Amino acid sequence: MKIKLTKGAIENPLIRQLERVSGEELKRCYQCGKCSAGCPVTFAMEIPPSQIMRFLQIGMMDDVMKANSMWVCVGCLQCYARCPQSVSVANVLEGLRQLHLRKGEDREQIKDVPFPFLKNAPQQAIVCGFRKFVS
Amino acid sequence: MPRIGIFVCQCGNNIAATVDTKKVAEEMARLPGVVFACDYKFMCSSPGQDMLKQAIKDNRLDKVIVSACSPHMHEKTFRKASEAAGLNPYQCEITNIREQCSWVHHDKTKAAGTAKSIDLTRMTIERLKKNKPLKKINIPIKKKALVIGGGIAGIQAALDIAEGGREVILVEREPSIGGNMARLSETFPTMDCSQCILTPKMVEVELNEKITLYTYSEIEKVDGYIGNFIVQIRRKAKYVDEERCTGCGECIEKCPFKVESQFEMKLAKRKVIYTPFPQSVPNVPVIDAPNCPKIQKDKCGACAVVCGPKCIDFKMEDRIITEDVGAIIVATGYELMPNERFGEYGYGRIKDVISGMQFERLASSSGPTGGEIRRPSDGKTPASVVFIQCAGSRDEKKGVSYCSKVCCMYTAKHTMLYHHKVHEGQSYVFYMDIRAGGKRYEEFVRRAIEHDNAMYLRGRVSRVYEKDGKVIVQGADTLSGNQVEIEADMVVLATAIVSRTGADTVAQKLGIGYDKYKFYNEYHPKLKPVETVTAGIFLSGACMGPMDIPDSVAQGSAAAAKALSLFSSDEMMREPITAVVNKPTCNACWDCVTACPYSAIERDTVKNRDGVVVRWLAKVNDGVCQGCGVCVAACRSKAIDLKGYTDEQVYAAINAF
Amino acid sequence: MKIPYYPGCTLNTVAKGFETSAKEAALSIGFELAEMPAWNCCGATFPLTPDNLIALSAPAKVLSSARKTGESLTTLCSVCYNVLKRTNSVMKNDREKRAVINGFIETDYDGSLNVTHFLEILRDNIGFDKVKAAVKQPLTGLKAAAYYGCMLLRPFEDMGIDDAEDPVVMENLLAALGAEAIKSPNRIECCGAHLAMTNEDIVVKLSGTIMTSAVRNGAELIVTTCPLCQYNLEKSQSRVASDTPGYAGIPIVYFTQMLGLALGQDVDTLGFDKNIWDARPLLRKKGIIK
Repeated sequence: MKIKLTKGAIENPLIRQLERVSGEELKRCYQCGKCSAGCPVTFAMEIPPSQIMRFLQIGMMDDVMKANSMWVCVGCLQCYARCPQSVSVANVLEGLRQLHLRKGEDREQIKDVPFPFLKNAPQQAIVCGFRKFVS
Repeated sequence: MPRIGIFVCQCGNNIAATVDTKKVAEEMARLPGVVFACDYKFMCSSPGQDMLKQAIKDNRLDKVIVSACSPHMHEKTFRKASEAAGLNPYQCEITNIREQCSWVHHDKTKAAGTAKSIDLTRMTIERLKKNKPLKKINIPIKKKALVIGGGIAGIQAALDIAEGGREVILVEREPSIGGNMARLSETFPTMDCSQCILTPKMVEVELNEKITLYTYSEIEKVDGYIGNFIVQIRRKAKYVDEERCTGCGECIEKCPFKVESQFEMKLAKRKVIYTPFPQSVPNVPVIDAPNCPKIQKDKCGACAVVCGPKCIDFKMEDRIITEDVGAIIVATGYELMPNERFGEYGYGRIKDVISGMQFERLASSSGPTGGEIRRPSDGKTPASVVFIQCAGSRDEKKGVSYCSKVCCMYTAKHTMLYHHKVHEGQSYVFYMDIRAGGKRYEEFVRRAIEHDNAMYLRGRVSRVYEKDGKVIVQGADTLSGNQVEIEADMVVLATAIVSRTGADTVAQKLGIGYDKYKFYNEYHPKLKPVETVTAGIFLSGACMGPMDIPDSVAQGSAAAAKALSLFSSDEMMREPITAVVNKPTCNACWDCVTACPYSAIERDTVKNRDGVVVRWLAKVNDGVCQGCGVCVAACRSKAIDLKGYTDEQVYAAINAF
Repeated sequence: MKIPYYPGCTLNTVAKGFETSAKEAALSIGFELAEMPAWNCCGATFPLTPDNLIALSAPAKVLSSARKTGESLTTLCSVCYNVLKRTNSVMKNDREKRAVINGFIETDYDGSLNVTHFLEILRDNIGFDKVKAAVKQPLTGLKAAAYYGCMLLRPFEDMGIDDAEDPVVMENLLAALGAEAIKSPNRIECCGAHLAMTNEDIVVKLSGTIMTSAVRNGAELIVTTCPLCQYNLEKSQSRVASDTPGYAGIPIVYFTQMLGLALGQDVDTLGFDKNIWDARPLLRKKGIIK
C-alpha cells in the first residue's frame, strides 16, 4: 500500500486528542516490537500493538479506528510491563475505545449479551465488559 | 590615568545582528580613561589581531578590552596578541557580548543588545582599571606516569609511554593484566584470536624495564597536582612472594578447594590458590583469602607444603606504597549489567540462557569447553541458538538509555563462530537496529547473514521460558508484523555495558567528573577527548563509555601522547589565577580548607625567632589551586582574594552597572 | 485481631466459596476478616485513560469510607485489589485529581489508607512460617500450580506485591501448606478477562494455554486469586479438552480453599461444591480429604 505523507496528516487533530485522552506520547515508541511479541491477543488483532503505534505515528488514524485491535485488548498491561520506553499500548487502545464510546458508538448492545452469561458470570466480568464496550 | 583601548567585535553577524557595535565603541570612547575605541568584523582574524597590536603601539595603550565571544574561546588569543605588543597579558580582558548577549537577544532593532553590551563593557572597564600585572606560575614536572587499569587500553598507554622513554607504573586490580579482552574468543571484524593478539602485549609489559607492574593492587589515595601527584597504592596480600615464585603451578595443582571462576563467567571452577588464566601476567598465583580454609581457620596448607621455593606466606598483609608521578592515565574499563534484572529473559533461572561474555568463554579454545559450543545445562551441542540484542541497552525503564555500541558486532561474530563450529546449527538474532558504523563492520554483519546463515529478526523478545528441555523464545518480527516463537536450545543475551562498580569512588579519589551512569567525563567530547577537567589526569578506554578494542587502543595511545608531551619539558607554565591569603587578617578558622574542592589550602605556621609557633594561617598551594574562588566565598574574615578577580575588581564592576 | 475487609461484588455472590474459605481460614490463624460497612462496587476496572476521573469516584468512595474507621483495607479479589490500590495511589500522589474527585464525592480523602491483599497479610503480617505451623492437614503429594493472571501483579510500580516476571508468593504459600508448588511459564499471562462477554474463542485459547501448560509441567490442580480467572478457566475446560488430545481437565480452586483445607476446616464449608470442576475426587485420591 502506498500512502501520501503530509504534515497535516501526521498532525491529525484526532491523534493529538488521542494523546491527550490516553496520556501517552506516541513518538516515545521506537518500534522495538516487544509489545507485539508479548501481547497475549496479538493473534486476534487486525493490527498488532507495535503497528498500532506506528500507524498512529504516521497519521493513519482511520485504519486504526476501524481495526478490531482496541476491542480485543483486555488491558493486561503486559505491553507496558515490558516496554523499554515505558509506553502503555493498553492506554492508547483504551483511548481509542473512549474516542468511540464518548461519541456513543457502542461496541455491544446490552440486549445481545447472552442470558446464561449474565446469570452465571462473575459480576466483575459484566461490570468490566460494559465499561469497555458500552458508553 | 590609565590608557584603555576598546575593541568591539561584530563576529560577522553573530554579534552585529542584534548589537550595534559601532555605537558600543562610540559610547565607550566617551568614558574617562578610554583613549581608543573601535569595532571590527572579526577581531580574532589575523588582521583583527594586527589591528589590536598596532593600536596598542600607536596609542600607547596600557590596558585593553575585547568585547567579543566567551573568554573560553579567544581570551588566550587576545592576551597573546597584547603580550606581543608589549603588555602584561593580564591587562587584557574580554567582555562576553556574544553568548551572554547577542545570541540570547532577537530584537532586530538592536536596542536591547546594544544597551546590554554597553553595560557589560563599561563594567569590564572598571574591573580592568583595578587589574594588576600577573605572572605565569612555573611548575616542575615529575616525568613518570601512573596507569590505572591493565586492560587493553591501559596496556597500550603504558607501552607507548615506556616506548617514549619514560617510566610507568601500571596498577591492576586483578591478579593478572589483560582485562576483559583476555576473556574474548575471536575479535571482530578480522576474527583474529583475542588472546593471540593480546598476550604478546602483556608479555611486553612484563619485560619492559620502564614499566613497574603492580597487580592485585588498588589506588588508595591521590594527592598533589599536575606534574606532582603523590599516589598511595594498596598492594593486596597475594600470600605468595612474587620475587621468589617460579610460576611452576604445583600449588594450584595440589589445592583441594574449588570455587566459581569469575574469569570463566561462572562456567567453570578454579582453585582457591589460582591464576585467572594460563597466560596470566605475572604468572604468579594468589590465594583467594575469604575462601581459603588455611587463612580462615588454619586448616589445610597443602600449597605451602608442595611449594619448592617456599614462597607461600599465610601471614602476608596488605601493603601501602607511595609513588610520585607527573601524570595519571585512568583506564579502569567496564563491566556487564546483571542480567537478572530482566525477569522476562529468565537469566539465572534458566541454565541455558547465558550472557554474551559467557558465550565468548564457550567459544574460546582456552575456555571451559575447549572451544566447543555446548550448552550449560546438559553439555549438549545446541542445534539452535537465539541471540537477543539490546538486553539492557536502550532500555530506559529497566536498563540504561544508551546503546552499548559493541553488541551488534559481537553478536554477528557469535553467529559466525557458532556456524563455524556447529555447521548444521541455526542461529537467530533479535535486533532493533544494526549499528555497524566502523571500518569493514557493515560488511562483517552482511557476511554473518549471507554466508553464515544467521537469521536476523527485527524485533524484541518478550519472554523466554523452558518447555521439555527446550528454551522457548517469544518474540516479534516487526518487519513481517508477526509474533515469532522459536524452540531454541540456548539463548545468548547481548548484555549492556555499564561502568565499573566503584567507578565513582575512584573518580572522587582522583577528582575527575563522571556522568549519571558513572562513566568518566572527558574535558570536551570532541576536542579534548582524553583529557579530564583535572590537569594531568587523562582517560582511555571503556571507563568513559562503551567502546570497542580499536577505539580503546587508539585512546590508550592518545592518552600516552598527552602524558609524553607533558613530560617533554622540565617545567610547565600555568595560569596565575589563584587564590592568595592576606596573612594579617587570616584567623585560621580553616573554613577555606574544608571548602576547597582541590585540597589546595594548607595549614601553615608563623614562627618567632626562637622557632616557636606563634600563629597558624592558611596557605594556598599555587600548583594545586584552580582559581575556582570557593575559598573566597567561604572566608569569613575576607582574608582570601582571587588574583585577577579580586573583591576590589568585582565591586568596581558592580558599581559601574 | 480484626482486619478490615472489602469483599467486592463477586465474592458475596458467584464466588461465595472464595470468601467463606478465607474468613474461616483467617479465624483459625487467629484474626478476623471484618467486612467494612456500607461499601459499593469498585468499578471492576481501573480506567486506563487518565482523564477518566469519574471512573475513580466509586473506588475512591470505598477508600474514603474505609479510612474513616481504619488504617488498612484488605481484599481477596485480584481486580478489587488492583482497582483500589491504583486509585489509592492516584489519591495519594496526584494533588489535582485528588481535589476533583474529593469534590465530586464530597470527602477529603488523602490516600493514606494501606490497601493490601490477603496474600500480603499472610506473608507479611502473619508470616508463612506461622501459617505452616498452623497446618493440621498438610497437602502432601498434591502438585498445585499457582496462576497469578494480570491484575495482582501489573503494573508493578503500583502493585508491587511481588516480582512481576517471576512471582513466588503463592508458590511459597502452597509449599507452606505442604503441597508441591509447580511453576508453569504461563502463570502470569492473561486469561481473557471480560472478553468472556463478547469473544469466547479468545478466552478459550488463552485459558487453554494456561491450563495445558500447567498440566504439562505436572500440575494436578490450579490455584488462583481471581473469580474471573477462575470462571474463565473452568468455563473453557470442555472446549479445551475437545481441542487438545490427552487433556482431561484440571480443577481450578481459590488459594483460600486450599488454605482452609490445610488448616483443618471441614471440606463441606469451603465451597468446593460451587466449582464446576470438582476438586474433591482428586483430594480424596491424594488422601487429603476422606
